[in-house]
Amino acid sequence: MIEKILVLEVVLPLLAAPVCVLVRHPRFCRLFSLGVVAACFAIAVALLVEVRGGGVISYQLGGWPPPLGIEYRVSTVNAYLLALVTSMALVVFSFDSRGGPPRVPEQRRHLYYAVFLLCISGLLGIAITGDAFNIFVFLEISSLSSYILVSLGGHRRAVMSAFYYLVMGTIGGVFFMLGVGLLYQATGTLNLRDIAARLEPSLDDRGSVLALALLVVGISIKLAVFPLHHWLPNAYSFAPPKVSAFLAATATKVSFYLLAMVLFTIFGAPFVFEELRLQAVLLPLSILAMFLASGAAIFQNDLRRLLAYSSVAQIGYMTLGLSTANATGLAGGLVHLFNHAVMKGGLFLVVACLLYRVGSVHIDALAGIGRRMPLTSAALVIGGLSLIGVPGTVGFVSKWYLVSGVLERGWTAAAVLILLSSLLALVYVGKVVEVLYFRKPAETQPIDHVREAPLGMLAPAWVLAAAAVFFGLTTDWTYGVAREAAELLLAGGI
Amino acid sequence: MNLPEALSGLWAYWLLIALMMVGLYIVIARDNLIKKVMGLNIFQAAAILFYVTMAKVEGGTAPIVPGGADHGGGHGGHEIVYSNPLPHVLMLTAIVVGVATTALALALAVRIHGDYGTSEEDEAVVYDMEHG
Repeated sequence: MIEKILVLEVVLPLLAAPVCVLVRHPRFCRLFSLGVVAACFAIAVALLVEVRGGGVISYQLGGWPPPLGIEYRVSTVNAYLLALVTSMALVVFSFDSRGGPPRVPEQRRHLYYAVFLLCISGLLGIAITGDAFNIFVFLEISSLSSYILVSLGGHRRAVMSAFYYLVMGTIGGVFFMLGVGLLYQATGTLNLRDIAARLEPSLDDRGSVLALALLVVGISIKLAVFPLHHWLPNAYSFAPPKVSAFLAATATKVSFYLLAMVLFTIFGAPFVFEELRLQAVLLPLSILAMFLASGAAIFQNDLRRLLAYSSVAQIGYMTLGLSTANATGLAGGLVHLFNHAVMKGGLFLVVACLLYRVGSVHIDALAGIGRRMPLTSAALVIGGLSLIGVPGTVGFVSKWYLVSGVLERGWTAAAVLILLSSLLALVYVGKVVEVLYFRKPAETQPIDHVREAPLGMLAPAWVLAAAAVFFGLTTDWTYGVAREAAELLLAGGI
Repeated sequence: MNLPEALSGLWAYWLLIALMMVGLYIVIARDNLIKKVMGLNIFQAAAILFYVTMAKVEGGTAPIVPGGADHGGGHGGHEIVYSNPLPHVLMLTAIVVGVATTALALALAVRIHGDYGTSEEDEAVVYDMEHG
């Protein structure tokens, strides 16, 4: 039974998108897409419960058995990602943005929901499929729809950012496709497990090294690994606030899964981390991301740009976990996917609340807002504390396991650098908190008319803020699952 | 492998790497957004050619099994060599993705032209600096 509903995870949002296009009723589309996403979340949770402890559920599309047919295959790793994407989608969809994105008129809003659903089905497809070329197709479905979503932001520069994002994303996508082609050339198969079984990577085999290089660079562009992150700050700061919240919480996370899957399942940890020594590149880049992007965040005066740069830094923590290639560090990186999604998703929803009431999230416009919007500001403070990594929040859980993993590997300097980089987070979060609570509003910008955000906005933001504390105290469903996923990946399974 | 051998045996790969770099160069070096999109197209086309090249089997024919409706097997003693159909099929999908990307990129370029009054990247950057 459960393998029958597995395929619905992708098919439901994929079919719901054209339904939205046909019905053309914005209110219906909003509720309908919320329902679809809720159903996907329910399926993802059912799958996660089912596979925990080492189970695997497989579905053969069209009844063609793998390796010839396309297989959807869910283990703890995939189920974790599915649950992450659908839970974040559910929270973001329940956020009532009062009028949709600025650039979409009422009579076209159904298309906005259709694109959003396509993006979700693309992301879920990447996480669920066991076929290399299928991943490319889903990758492009999700990317194309995110370019559209980004371009809907009200500002003129949103369209320009979407264009840059498209150029970078397409180059990344083509690199990925070439990498898959080389793997196909070497093994004659596209099924991921079959490729992993047949591929014998070695440094003398130029083909496999080139395939690895193309795949890693291609995915790194989509993941925004440090020197390839240039599209991200613009895309996240000019997109509609709801879209920023969704993309920041899900899109880069799925790319991270893809990178981990390529490195551990297809090429295997012994080749990548002992023969090729990829960590010699990945580790310095991660640390540079942590410091330079956090440093850049300190100097941003727009709250959205500040959060976007902070995202680049947080991706550095994730890839740092990846480069340790041990169970603790990798689990730290994986758990940070969920933890960062919770805090950054929540923070971007807070930004949406502030934008709605204040009209701007420039740091000067926010002076004294802490008194006018106490609940919104409190959610921002919780998210901020979590970004720093204060004990009792999810950020602490991630950093604890990352530092343990790094120390297990014997990289004391890297552990010290992780802690030092948290100080930078303290500076940029502190800057926002200082303005919100302690600075007097400018006389030219009276804030007397500013009221607390409406419940439909506040509730989703607070759900994520509460989750940031809840999962900071109970880690069984976050670190527990991530640890299991990490052990599975290190053993070469998916 | 020495150089002449690499050039003669793998000429198709050299060609498509050159094509790919031409595309990438256009994307990086041109300021005109439409030209950037065309560069991206050339870049994608090179990747598609890569798949088509690897599917080619020397002396291979289209993968259609000859013979009447009564049987699918016997074909008079000699083996027929087929080209690999799978990469071609994959590229049909990749072409669709490429068309969608191009369409979207051009639509964005139209929007940018409407907002900025130009399709040149450098002029748009100046406009942003002047208008915030």
